[in-house]
Amino acid sequence: MSQLPLLNVDNLAFERDDDCLLNNVNLSLNAGEIVQVEGANGSGKTTLLRLLTTALQPSAGTIFYKGRALAECRYQYLSDMLYIGHQPAVKLTLTAEENLRWMVNTEAGVKHGSNADPHGIAAALAAVGLSGYTDVPCYALSAGQHRRVALARLMITTATLWYLDEPFTAIDKQGVSFLECRLQEHLDQGGAVVLTSHQDLTLKNLRNYSLSSQAGQVT
Amino acid sequence: MPQSTNSGFSAWLKRDLLLAYRRRGEAASPLIFFVMVSTLIPLVLTPEPTRLAMVAAGLIWIMALLATLLSVEGLFASDYQDGSLEQLLISPQLLPMPLLGKITAHWLTTGLPLTLASPLLGLMLSLPTSGYLPMLCSLALGTACFSLTGAVGAALTVSLRKGGLLLSLLVMPLYMPVIIFGTATISYAIDGLNWLPPLAVLGALFAASVALCPLAVAGALRVTSAH
Repeated sequence: MSQLPLLNVDNLAFERDDDCLLNNVNLSLNAGEIVQVEGANGSGKTTLLRLLTTALQPSAGTIFYKGRALAECRYQYLSDMLYIGHQPAVKLTLTAEENLRWMVNTEAGVKHGSNADPHGIAAALAAVGLSGYTDVPCYALSAGQHRRVALARLMITTATLWYLDEPFTAIDKQGVSFLECRLQEHLDQGGAVVLTSHQDLTLKNLRNYSLSSQAGQVT
Repeated sequence: MPQSTNSGFSAWLKRDLLLAYRRRGEAASPLIFFVMVSTLIPLVLTPEPTRLAMVAAGLIWIMALLATLLSVEGLFASDYQDGSLEQLLISPQLLPMPLLGKITAHWLTTGLPLTLASPLLGLMLSLPTSGYLPMLCSLALGTACFSLTGAVGAALTVSLRKGGLLLSLLVMPLYMPVIIFGTATISYAIDGLNWLPPLAVLGALFAASVALCPLAVAGALRVTSAH
């Protein structure tokens, strides 16, 4: 029974200070699918992703993971999920290697309970083109390289559901095509991705989800 | 499960210690403040040992409180700004253990150095010799309480642009019992009384803080991060 969608979002809404930021969001995501959330600046793309990651609590509506409401399977959902936010969570005084190791440990948490394997960390950093920079403090790196440190998590993670908020920001052309390859690989392995981006992507199974038309026009 | 819950504690403890080590100058500022103010006190108040000794215990505690208050504000600020706090909140870990790791790192970099530097201040404020051991014991426990309760305030005000004043207002009432029993420990000892009862109360306050504050911090961060 693989008919059940991986993720099902039912009538999600979010209000802040009586301001309705998102309304009536319905979304369903199967394994192997990628959804690109589109919308003008300020239309709530990041808010939607943060709702999906449970960092924000929706004011109405439910998220179903593999057919079960999130309240029932929160732990499993969080274990199967990876979120790379707008801010890359990179500490400037730590080196790229220390940053990545810490991110992987935080993400793994109880799931693995052990420290990330150092070879995996080095390989992931090499894969995103940071092989010569592992011991350099991140304040000496550029914005694009910070983003690459965060994106190196995609090389290591075992999560199925990826939420990526503007992953292509500050990334060069080569980096973008490399990231697209990685996304495709993840989808082929049965993963699923929700991302926000203003780039035109050339991926199989790509669906667009437009926020402006769904969430009501901005007045 | 217990082993892996601990991994959250030690991972965050190590990371915050490493961060503090990389920014040694910034991390040392509460200690420098503590020492600097106490060198000024004999100059502005009186250099006379008998009169200084009367107020020494209270002054040391007030300065320890202010020094901690200065540093506790930034406990979650940078993690909040760069998104790593959000990563923690959505990780499948139990929140209180990593947070306790962060708070422990804060105490190791502020409260412990303050405690270790306090004999120097005792000397400058001509604290009677009988007061030194009680001062060390009570400051070690008291600064740990400061870090723990201060973390609750820091978590509640992390999303505010200028939360400093609000933070002070929030945690000051919680600091009162600590400072009362802390100074009592030292002044009892100076007066030749048994100073263990007030120290025991401090120990009880510390035990309660260790048990409750990480939970309160976790709850507060969940509430504030939703905005």
